Amino acid sequence: MGKLVKHLEIGSSPHVSDGASTDVIMRNVFFALLPVTVFAVYAFGTGAALVIIVATASCVLTEHWLCRWTGKPSTVGDWSIAITGLLYGLTLPPDLPLWMVFVGGVFGVAIGKFMFGGLGMNAFNPALVGRAFLQAAFPQAMTHWSAPFAEGRFEHIPSSVLAMPFWEPTYDAVTSATPLALMKFEAEFAGGRELMAGLTSGSVGETCGALILLGGIYLVARNMMNWRIPASIFATVAAVTWAFQLYDPATYPGPVFMLFSGGLMLGAVFMATDMVASPITNAGCWLYGVLIGVLVVAIRFWGGMPEGVMYAILLANAVSPHIDNLIQPRVFGTGRRAG
Amino acid sequence: MKTLSFLRRSFEHGVHPAHHKQQTEDLPIQRVPFGKDYIMPLGQHIGVPARPVVDVGERVQRGQLIAEPGGFVSTALHSPVTGTIRDIGDFRGVDGRFAPAIAIQADAFATQQADAGPALDWQSLSLEDFIEAVQMAGIVGMGGAAFPAHVKLSVPDGVRIRHLLINGAECEPYLTTDHRLMLERPQALLEGAEIMRQKLGAEETVIGVEMNKPDAIEVIKRHIRPDQPVRVVPLKVKYPQGAEKMMIKSVFGKEVPAGQLPRDVEVNVNNVGTIVAVADYFLRGMPLIERVVTVAGPGVTYPANLIVPLGTPVRDVVKFCGGLRPGTREIIMGGPMMGRPIASLDVPVLKGCSGVLVFTEQQTARRKEYPCISCGRCLEACPYFLNPSRLARLSKSRMFDEMKAYHVFDCVECGSCTFACPSNIPIVQLIRTAKDDLSHRKESDT
Repeated sequence: MGKLVKHLEIGSSPHVSDGASTDVIMRNVFFALLPVTVFAVYAFGTGAALVIIVATASCVLTEHWLCRWTGKPSTVGDWSIAITGLLYGLTLPPDLPLWMVFVGGVFGVAIGKFMFGGLGMNAFNPALVGRAFLQAAFPQAMTHWSAPFAEGRFEHIPSSVLAMPFWEPTYDAVTSATPLALMKFEAEFAGGRELMAGLTSGSVGETCGALILLGGIYLVARNMMNWRIPASIFATVAAVTWAFQLYDPATYPGPVFMLFSGGLMLGAVFMATDMVASPITNAGCWLYGVLIGVLVVAIRFWGGMPEGVMYAILLANAVSPHIDNLIQPRVFGTGRRAG
Repeated sequence: MKTLSFLRRSFEHGVHPAHHKQQTEDLPIQRVPFGKDYIMPLGQHIGVPARPVVDVGERVQRGQLIAEPGGFVSTALHSPVTGTIRDIGDFRGVDGRFAPAIAIQADAFATQQADAGPALDWQSLSLEDFIEAVQMAGIVGMGGAAFPAHVKLSVPDGVRIRHLLINGAECEPYLTTDHRLMLERPQALLEGAEIMRQKLGAEETVIGVEMNKPDAIEVIKRHIRPDQPVRVVPLKVKYPQGAEKMMIKSVFGKEVPAGQLPRDVEVNVNNVGTIVAVADYFLRGMPLIERVVTVAGPGVTYPANLIVPLGTPVRDVVKFCGGLRPGTREIIMGGPMMGRPIASLDVPVLKGCSGVLVFTEQQTARRKEYPCISCGRCLEACPYFLNPSRLARLSKSRMFDEMKAYHVFDCVECGSCTFACPSNIPIVQLIRTAKDDLSHRKESDT
């Protein structure tokens, strides 16, 4: 029993709310990533586990320190940085030296999120900012892929992971080509079933398309993700690829290969859908997805690198505010849009 | 798409608040006993305040005219009780400001028999006289806005009203006044509807009721005379189904053009309570001196639907309902989505007050505000298809002029965006701030 108060509260209407909360949404996105994370550790062993742990910790600690340093209350409790950290870890190769993982995490959070003003203000997905930094700084280490389901992957820690800062890492195994590299340089196309089940090499969290989709379906069902973004990306990639495959099936792979290879699934479902860095209107989301889809196919087919999801999303992030200015909802009782 | 939404009997977007009506929906309307002090603010409707026609110390009868309309957009006031005019001066209003009001002390020994006039021969009244009669009866929109009813009836030349739409949606959670009125006074509702329809020259009467009140729909249908062109339209349960433009969209499938009024699509919309008040005046000579109020919420001991004389202090109403429970934090006049909190129990129940809601800590806990994450839920909620996220950001940066391009004045402050916002941003409040600033600046410019 509370006690009778002397003063009544005065608040602006509405006086009720549907109880949704930003930290709950964020927490659920984090949970939706857990099956993918568990599979990543299972497929790539201790190296992947360490990479993911260090990635998450570096992001969370960086945000915490930066908040403290600037005299603001820590924003770690809203869970958004935990998603950034986990996602960032899932986009990295399983053998990446931990010091690199740490540096990339600090950079992604400090430059990609905090400098813009923190949650709600970041123009780019901070996880991808961190990864893009590593790609530019350490191109060799970022393209060394170890094969999944290697013998004894739980028994020892890959020596490259524990490499000293600024020392050349030594790798236990030779690099194993990713499906996209095989496509690009050997014109070899992996089968769809193999890709969906996560039997190929690649970044730790991108290989198992089925589990990524499962997480996405969970979030869509709970209205915590705009399904139009992945739908639009998938449709665009499939349509464009299909057209090229019709034209020249020997050079260009089919839609299923394109959808399930590389980082497309993880990017479309968990990265491009970052609410802050994507458009707010549904029409804007469709356009944004088309843009990402076209860029992904263009970079994969004609770019210098085998994979283009990261740059496609970062470029579309940059365009997103302009899409928001361009596409506004049609106001009730008018034929016109606002803005 | 248009056809589909017409079949679904609804509008697009909106939200689904828990309706909490079970507390009072089965409780018959009862009358509160008369108290001692009554305060009748002269400006309890939208528009120009009324002008007192009584003096301090004068004895008045229940139902007697005490203030006449101060202009066209204004209505008359009648004494809610038999008693003595105690004071004419400034009293604390619902919004916390002091405003002119007439204070009446009820006569402890009066019978409180209403001084009802004779029934009016409404059929022979010309439209002008009819409109004036509505104004002199003090009738306003009883749904909450308290806009003088006669103003809506005065349509300019060349505009035709084809449909009289009666709003029985009652989409605000907790409130059950319209529901009970429809159940208990269907006859009066249909009589009032017939008066209004004939005077407006409308072809038909449509009564829109949310589907969570099947009993009301049933009762009204049973009372419709075969020669009366009335249809009852069940509507999807969704907030704000009772906003007049939303209801027109739901029933007729038409969007009222932005900046225009329902009459521009040949519709006249009135609340159930307003129509019953019309019947009471024209058939029984009773001006608007009392109204039905739902007293509900977890902080009230005995929730009820009450007939409350206007001007009754909220204190008396709450006392009749068994008083406040421990833990009471907020008292709201009106519904939880659009109602206003009151700072004092001494403020009176007004013509536009459909509910007195008593909330405890559980409902009022101010939850932590997060930055806007652009999730888009407010856009999905806004029934006017605005961009509340953008409006809130602009308002926070005090870029009020830029907000005009985003149609800030089309916002009716229904609260759907703020209800849906996971970051608990007070979007409606930010929009209200901007609107206030913009309209004050416009006033000082001219």
